[in-house]
Amino acid sequence: MLDTLKSRIFQGNQFIKDIQNAPMREQFRGYPIIKNSSCDNCQKCLSVCPTGALKLNPISIDLGRCTLCGACKNICQNHAIDFSNFYKLASTSREKLVITEAVQAEDYDKIAIKVRKEITNIFSKSLKLRQVSAAGCNGCEMELNACSNANFDMGRFGIDFVASPRHADGIVITGPISKNMAYALEDCYKSVPDPKIVILCGTCAISGGVYQNSEETNREFLEKYPIDLYIPSCPVHPLTFINALLGFTGRKK
Amino acid sequence: MNWIKTKNNSKLNLKDIPCLKIHELREEIIHENKRPVAFFGKDWGNGEVKLFIVLADDKNGELLVSSALFKKGETFYESITKDIPSFHIFEREFYEDFKIEPLHHPWLKPVRKNQKEYPFFEMEGEEVHQVAVGPIHAGVIEPGHFRFMCNGETVYHLEIMLGYQHKGVEELMVKNPSNQLAESIVGDSVIAYNTAYSQAMETLRGIKISDKAKLIRMLALEMERAAIHIGDMGAVAGDIAYAMGAAVFGVTRTLVINTMLEFCGSRFGRGLVNVGGVNFDIDEEKIQRAQQTFKKVEKDVDRMTKTMLKNASVMSRLEKTGTVSTEKALEIGLVGMAAKASGVDLDSRFDFPDELMNTLQIVRKPFKGVGDVNSRFKLRYKEIKESLSIIRKILEELKSLKDEPVLDNGYYLNQKDAFVISIVEGWRGEVVHIAMTDNTGALSRYKIKDPSFNNWYGLALAVRNNGISDFPLCNKSFNLSYSGNDL
Repeated sequence: MLDTLKSRIFQGNQFIKDIQNAPMREQFRGYPIIKNSSCDNCQKCLSVCPTGALKLNPISIDLGRCTLCGACKNICQNHAIDFSNFYKLASTSREKLVITEAVQAEDYDKIAIKVRKEITNIFSKSLKLRQVSAAGCNGCEMELNACSNANFDMGRFGIDFVASPRHADGIVITGPISKNMAYALEDCYKSVPDPKIVILCGTCAISGGVYQNSEETNREFLEKYPIDLYIPSCPVHPLTFINALLGFTGRKK
Repeated sequence: MNWIKTKNNSKLNLKDIPCLKIHELREEIIHENKRPVAFFGKDWGNGEVKLFIVLADDKNGELLVSSALFKKGETFYESITKDIPSFHIFEREFYEDFKIEPLHHPWLKPVRKNQKEYPFFEMEGEEVHQVAVGPIHAGVIEPGHFRFMCNGETVYHLEIMLGYQHKGVEELMVKNPSNQLAESIVGDSVIAYNTAYSQAMETLRGIKISDKAKLIRMLALEMERAAIHIGDMGAVAGDIAYAMGAAVFGVTRTLVINTMLEFCGSRFGRGLVNVGGVNFDIDEEKIQRAQQTFKKVEKDVDRMTKTMLKNASVMSRLEKTGTVSTEKALEIGLVGMAAKASGVDLDSRFDFPDELMNTLQIVRKPFKGVGDVNSRFKLRYKEIKESLSIIRKILEELKSLKDEPVLDNGYYLNQKDAFVISIVEGWRGEVVHIAMTDNTGALSRYKIKDPSFNNWYGLALAVRNNGISDFPLCNKSFNLSYSGNDL
């Protein structure tokens, strides 16, 4: 008992107090910084992009496809592409995930998430989510688990992962959705009582990511049902995830 | 010659690999009686299938390779599993991929496909009942289906049905291989997978990477090992409702992975390893900060582990739960961490050592395990301590290698008609990547074997005669990969 207390005292408080303005290490690869004027159209970056997220003339990066691997940045001699440590990458619309030079991080932060009244009315105090890993590699899954640890402590915002879809207000999908998981995913979605939301978490879920050319995926679910929130990156950092949900439920300060 | 001997990360010419008749190969395998590392087919054109097999001679650090050709219309052979049980999963996979049946295989159930049609084993009796779990589990984890045959609270048999994660990795690795794909196969073993892939490509292209790059890879691999083990110790604590342990190990893991973030921009080390070396150098300032962090990590882990293991109610949950005996472990061919905890010391870092292991004077330390959850928990603690000691050595070493380059991004061509094996000891055990090229130098087959592929059956055996409520605990103590199995 005494040892336990000692350990507790030694650990102190480690939760991040202000999660909306939490500092991020500068090495983190987040929101892209694009400089069209530096690009000499050598197209080397196109050849190293593993997912086809990148387009030139003018440069655009589709965050829904980008794994934030930084290969384009590393190969570009003219520094036309860089990645900032801005981590609030989520958007309610698929189109807005395509980043151009015109949209700077600050602008993106303002426009990316459209707050809907019906969402904030129902979910702003409590949001329970059922996570479905549909062929996720365990990267996003580990990060989603980390959201509930003592550092990030997502539960304080009333946001939790629950075991049963019957208890949930929506589902969070990770992974490119394998054929073998397509049925279970749809079943799970149908088991969630209305009103419900669908969140795509991670590049694989949004576009298939590095698995977009796989013949073993079945992404029909995404055409059938409305998607409410896209949270890109690979894997999704807990701060990205929590801030996405805070924004989505209208609690952004 | 019935076998060709090779080493880890060395190249073979395809034509040098002996090709036997299948019954000869079968006898050879039984005669050698060594551990299978790979057993897979390749479409050989004209309806023919070539079966490749790699056995590990762990004592001598050698790999034995051979093959057999199945002509068109040859659709069966006598199963090896009935003589050497550890082949069971390999033969099942080969059957599923090529429809060549191992006759008298004791249990030819699906590996990745057709789960729906499979009839589970059933027990009958008045008190007997089944519990079905999954594919979607209660927590935030990957999908898989578990079927328990119980009498009251006691599990008599557990059948594990996987394949839900199957996403065609091996085909994609042939079509458009990339580091980014390699590190997205198993998201908790990013460094192990990406290193295995990169080493395979480097061997294929004859690229020699700098010592510094090698050291940084090793550093990252040990950081990955330490981070996952710390996280899993927290998860074990969580599963026995020891909330203090779960919280403390959780935040301690954060320190390690945030150091990784500082090194390469990703908490799990994505984007760090590249064919030709590593993408990021680590400067003196970062080294110093990391050294400070790891000091704290070690203290925290020590303190928490000791506190936890002193607690009688913790020990009563860990001890004698989910036991896999040494005999069973050997018989079913467990590898890596799960094998070590059962007293079978397999570790490819030492079995197939790199010269750097000697330079850094890293020596193997034995572990006495009895195969229960407690052993796996204590093994994780031991491995964390070892990893932290290796990390310390590497960080010191890196200081003296200031100006060495870390990446060779020159343009090299794949050797034609080659066969390359690359084994990396991830935190779960050996991650095996095998790459083959055709006569143009393009990849023609890419085979991956995750340690989980061997070890899932170990979990099934571990829960026998245990209370069903101890299943989550057993599961977490192994923490096997669904993605790595399903590919």
